[in-house]
Amino acid sequence: MLHIDLADQYRRGSSRVHRLDPRVKLAGAVLFIVVASALPAGAWGAYGLLFAATLVVAALTGLGAGFALKRSFVALPFALAAISLPFTVAGRPLAQFGPLVVSVEGTVRFASILIKSWLSVQMAIVMTFTTAFPDLLWGLRALRLPPALVAIVSFMYRYLFVLADEALRLMRARASRSGAGAPGRRAGGSLWWRGKVAGGMVGNLTLRAFERSERIHASMTARGFQGEIRMLATPVLTDRDWNALVGWVTFLAMTALIGFVF
Amino acid sequence: MSWINLLAPVRLHIPDGFLSTTVSLVGWLLAVGAIGYALRQTRGQLGSRQIPLMGVLAAFIFAAQAINFPVAGGTSGHLLGGTLAAIVLGPWAAVLVMTAVIGVQALLFQDGGLLALGFNIVNMGVLTAFTGHFAFQLLKRILGEGRTSLLVGGALGAWVSVMAGAAATAVELAASGASPLGVALPAMAGVHALIGIGEALITVGALAFIYASRRDLLDLGARAPAKAAANWVIVGLGIALSVAVFSFAASPHPDGLERVAADAGFLGRALGPVYTLLPNYAIPGISNQVVSGVLAVVLGTLVVFGITWALARRQRRLGA
Amino acid sequence: MPIAVEVQDLHFKYPDGHGALFGVSLRIETGERVALVGPNGAGKSTLMLHLNGILQGEGAVRVAGRALGNGNLGQVRATVGLVFQDPDDQLFSPTVYEDVAFGPLHMGLALDEVRQRSQAALKAVGMEAYGPRVSHHLSVGEKKRIAIATVLSMDAQILVLDEPTAGLDPRARRGIINLLRGLPQTILASTHDLILVRELFPRMVIMDQGRVVADGPTTRFLADQALLEAHGLELP
Repeated sequence: MLHIDLADQYRRGSSRVHRLDPRVKLAGAVLFIVVASALPAGAWGAYGLLFAATLVVAALTGLGAGFALKRSFVALPFALAAISLPFTVAGRPLAQFGPLVVSVEGTVRFASILIKSWLSVQMAIVMTFTTAFPDLLWGLRALRLPPALVAIVSFMYRYLFVLADEALRLMRARASRSGAGAPGRRAGGSLWWRGKVAGGMVGNLTLRAFERSERIHASMTARGFQGEIRMLATPVLTDRDWNALVGWVTFLAMTALIGFVF
Repeated sequence: MSWINLLAPVRLHIPDGFLSTTVSLVGWLLAVGAIGYALRQTRGQLGSRQIPLMGVLAAFIFAAQAINFPVAGGTSGHLLGGTLAAIVLGPWAAVLVMTAVIGVQALLFQDGGLLALGFNIVNMGVLTAFTGHFAFQLLKRILGEGRTSLLVGGALGAWVSVMAGAAATAVELAASGASPLGVALPAMAGVHALIGIGEALITVGALAFIYASRRDLLDLGARAPAKAAANWVIVGLGIALSVAVFSFAASPHPDGLERVAADAGFLGRALGPVYTLLPNYAIPGISNQVVSGVLAVVLGTLVVFGITWALARRQRRLGA
Repeated sequence: MPIAVEVQDLHFKYPDGHGALFGVSLRIETGERVALVGPNGAGKSTLMLHLNGILQGEGAVRVAGRALGNGNLGQVRATVGLVFQDPDDQLFSPTVYEDVAFGPLHMGLALDEVRQRSQAALKAVGMEAYGPRVSHHLSVGEKKRIAIATVLSMDAQILVLDEPTAGLDPRARRGIINLLRGLPQTILASTHDLILVRELFPRMVIMDQGRVVADGPTTRFLADQALLEAHGLELP
């Protein structure tokens, strides 16, 4: 359903993590995810270190050590995509269910994928919850993403709520006119008809979006926009930011070393 | 129909952890290339309208993805949107719109990973936009201009685009060693053959509505540059495919496709030179001696540098 | 002082062939406050979009003594501040501050100057604490104020407002009226709110079907029931 209630993931705060430069948080989260991804299967010690790091960082945010943990199961349904691994990877047998043999190697690989995924999600959550999206946007711009792309994303963020509200109103209007004809009879017509109604709503929303973009373009033009996005100055990284970044990279490198060597 | 319920959550947003690092980087390379080219193309097409139009339409696709309708057995149909965007705006603009949607879903809602974002953009943005666009163009050529070709082409494009995205996801998962292709491909394709019907229904409904009320908007997509672009897409798909095949070949874990290929006996001949070049090359994890050696040195340097930095700072603070 | 706005025999057709303006003429002195009233579809918004060159029809438009042409659109846009009816169209940046800074930034001013002007503009509309806020969380009244700040920051001398009090609750409406009363700029505002016109605008221009049908003192027009009724206007 609609994400409207979730729309602003950011939790206000003034912790050390909140105050870090968004570039540092972005880079830190991405590096963490890269290391988690690159670690070999079954590097339990390194996984443990990464997990400890997520707990420490979460605790530093002041939102509670468990807050990312609680929200970190969003990616779990995707585990189905890898669920065949214990049965399909050849190796030492662990258990047998009828014709299906569970191998040690396959189970280790499956568990490793799940753990990596779960750790990565936690770090992404910490970043999202401690960085206001507008800050994240200028962080992306400062990290040299194409200005036009960042501007598109920023417009999207701004109008997400406006258009989601319009979508919600359309769905309410549909719901209020979709009564069941008689008790026990299902509301709505054939699949084709239901699809067409939903499609009509989408079409309606397309037109509204188009017209809105025309009006916005006029209002931008009225204020001197000619196609070139200009940006406000970006602050420089403070000593605190550098220390945090270097400390974080050092920790990740150590973890990776441990993961590869042991 | 319970298995559909079970598999329905397997959407196309790949989280981090499921793709190997190498595969993820390939995805990012493809995505960056496509986005860069799309930015230039749409800039020429739309001028200063580019940013507000793409941005608001990205917000629209995001909102439209929330509009759903019940299909059967508790599953519901909803929109991915790549094809609709490609028909209305042209494929390159659709690439940007979908990139913004998928990027925000990953950044804001952890819907799909950050490292996996590259391939998520390729699967749900680039592939859906272009397969949808080409299927639509093909039908238009066969049936001629008009409402019928718009709707039939839209339906075909929408269904094909979802299937293409699903198949690509399966291939990437297999290349990463997260699932044998023999399992992933039929599962993904099977589920998405149904999801694609929902996509087709909504796309057709939306196109019919736009055709009836503002036919002029559909000219934008029709006039969008795509011919020169087609070559690039074919090159890109070629690269992606060869990388995927290469990954299978290099993977130490034989699975579906490779076993079939090995049985057929052509794999050894075809990829013999690759094996001699990179003995024991392994995609998931890093098992090659040389590679791990280099990596260890790099990581060790980083650690030493970090500790020195910390000590130096401490020294300076004490001195100050 | 030059004449703020001078429009002579302006004609305009939309690309689909549908005509919107048929020979509109209008002259506004510097410092004047003029209300533009008339039924929906009368051409009010279309006329307003001509005043800084977003639409360009046939006929002459002069702003602050300059004839509007492709060579001076930048200067004209800095002089004429257009405030759109729906503040969600005007406030397109993620944060309030970025929106107020957008105009000066795209006029090519130095960053220090941009900052100074943005802060002054936010102060002028009583929203100086709102800079870092995210626009979509604000009330309509707050958004309308900030929309005005986005053109004040460009140092606009002529404010062109499309329905400044539409959709506001009584308190927010009162706030906007007080804000407009205190502004020194030349103001042209389209509106259906005749109470607002009586309070704030000594001169009234009535448009209907793409033409100016009456132009004169507000007090006289508001007393002329026949005129008001003829153009679908109603004094509550």
